[in-house]
Amino acid sequence: MSDLLTVRDLRVRFRVASPVKALMTGMKDPFIDAVCGVDFGIAEGETLGLVGESGSGKSTIARAVMGLVPAASGSVTFDGQQLVGLPNRQFNRVRRDLAMMFQDPVGSLSPRLTIRSLVTEPFRIHGAGDRELDQEAKRLLEMVGLSADFGRRFPHQLSGGQARRVGVARALAMDPKLIIADEPTAGLDVSVQGEVLNLLARLQRELGLSILIITHNLNVVRHITDRMAIMYLGRFVEHGPTEQVFHHPRHPYTEALLSANPEPDPDAASSRVEISGEVPSLMNRPTGCEFHTRCPYVGDRCRHEAPPVTQDDHGRAFTCHYPLGDRQAAE
Amino acid sequence: MRTSDTTAAEESRAEADTVRGAGALLQTWRLLRRDQLGMLGLVLVVIMVGSAIFADLIVPYDPTQIMVGPRMAPPSWDHLLGTDHLGRDTLSRVIAGGQVAFLVALASLGAALSFGLLLGLTAGFGPQWLDNGFLLLFDGVRAFPVIIFGLATVTLLGPSLWTVIFVVAVTSIPIYARIVRTQTQAMKNNEFIVAERAMGAGTPRILGVHVLPNVIGPLLILASMDVPLVITTEAGLSFLGMGVRPPTPSWGTILNDGYSYIRNSPWPVIAGGIPIVITTLGFTFLGEALRDIFDPKLRKDL
Repeated sequence: MSDLLTVRDLRVRFRVASPVKALMTGMKDPFIDAVCGVDFGIAEGETLGLVGESGSGKSTIARAVMGLVPAASGSVTFDGQQLVGLPNRQFNRVRRDLAMMFQDPVGSLSPRLTIRSLVTEPFRIHGAGDRELDQEAKRLLEMVGLSADFGRRFPHQLSGGQARRVGVARALAMDPKLIIADEPTAGLDVSVQGEVLNLLARLQRELGLSILIITHNLNVVRHITDRMAIMYLGRFVEHGPTEQVFHHPRHPYTEALLSANPEPDPDAASSRVEISGEVPSLMNRPTGCEFHTRCPYVGDRCRHEAPPVTQDDHGRAFTCHYPLGDRQAAE
Repeated sequence: MRTSDTTAAEESRAEADTVRGAGALLQTWRLLRRDQLGMLGLVLVVIMVGSAIFADLIVPYDPTQIMVGPRMAPPSWDHLLGTDHLGRDTLSRVIAGGQVAFLVALASLGAALSFGLLLGLTAGFGPQWLDNGFLLLFDGVRAFPVIIFGLATVTLLGPSLWTVIFVVAVTSIPIYARIVRTQTQAMKNNEFIVAERAMGAGTPRILGVHVLPNVIGPLLILASMDVPLVITTEAGLSFLGMGVRPPTPSWGTILNDGYSYIRNSPWPVIAGGIPIVITTLGFTFLGEALRDIFDPKLRKDL
């Protein structure tokens, strides 16, 4: 495959009890699978959106790709290089081409440094200190629409939107090939969200970046992604080109998630699909199809048999015994 | 030219300081001026530290010179604080004794601060087993009472100024290290630290540029409030004959000499006690005022 980033069967496990405690309480498996066998690829210049409820493993995927949490198994290939198991020293070299933006715009900026220092931090880290740092700071700040005066300020003197722009500038400093944006619009008001998204889209056009965007805001996904994946309990339940998924969801969870998104038009007919119950605990995964406890279309087979991944010819993939389109066709 | 981690660290810290330094200093000064006790503390500290620094210039007599004159004399115009049992001028001895006190405070707190920072950062940022090991060590050292530990060390190493400094430093390191460790640990999972790791920053850089500036402020205030503690420890050890050797004057030895002759004259004891009281009050008032200014949670006027 010619994808820039390829993730195969990625699994991330977190320990929930110390070995001693696990032994004492007779716990067989003191781990949870925060990410459980995920496959995806991102081509150059493409934007992939990861969507899902809180705790579904979106951010964990991002952190595993960045090497911030170790992957238990599977492979992450970036630009032809295997990242899983790469020693930190070599990984740091890859981090020039791989940038990440974090959820909290102000909290992800080191509080005692000036904005100038913050945006030029990547140069210093990667030993590119010979560049004219003042010039670089000015260039980067202008690229994200901030005046050079901001360089003298401190993070706590910025608004959320300005801090987010600084985050974008910092991510772009080393001309990365892939940007991972974890909730780039969280905590910003709607107009600023729009500005940030348009900024990202513009920079992607100009610089040919690939973007992996993590969000639970479906409007954001629809606005800027080419493809999207819906996560539930650490697995992809559906994965495909964004417009297709929006128009024609195949998995009941996708349908429920999409219908929960508020329509701006008050007269639009609301056809909300309600799902009941809570997200099951990762400690105690349901048998069969993991969504069967909440699925409105649940059948007997779902309770016992895990559905396989179904691929169709449009690049869609989903895991459901009774995908939505088929059922309607049969009726 | 490649900029190495440390110079980059210093550079960006200096940069942050100069930009904010002037404004923050002015702001601190303005808040301090409103705090009357804090100002009193500052004045006392300046007087005591100043007299210690310029001791050689301002002492009226040689503090170790044994004079043929009145012994155990009460204060007079010739000897403002009287003379001791060897006829030495007590005022000169008190001023010169300040040098010993502040040398001990500076050296031991400096050592304690730097080692405490280093150990605390390592414990807070390192792996769990290292943290546990350091904690055990810190608690082990702290379990000894300071004076008893001091007496034991002096017995082993012999009494000298450097032994006092060593004792004070070793007993203070765990206190600073624990504070640094806790703060580092709280900061370890902050998003800006994770972001630095995601950018590929190494541990020395993260600790030096991003963690250190956030823990050093409270630590310095704590150190300033610990100065009286150190000075009394030094005086205590000298009083017990375990500190500086005679004839070097120290507030503790002045007290001890005076104590032996207290039936003849109370003046040496009073003269030795006053500077300890003044220094303690000064640093405590100043330290509390600074803490109120820098720790917004305790500040009353906001």
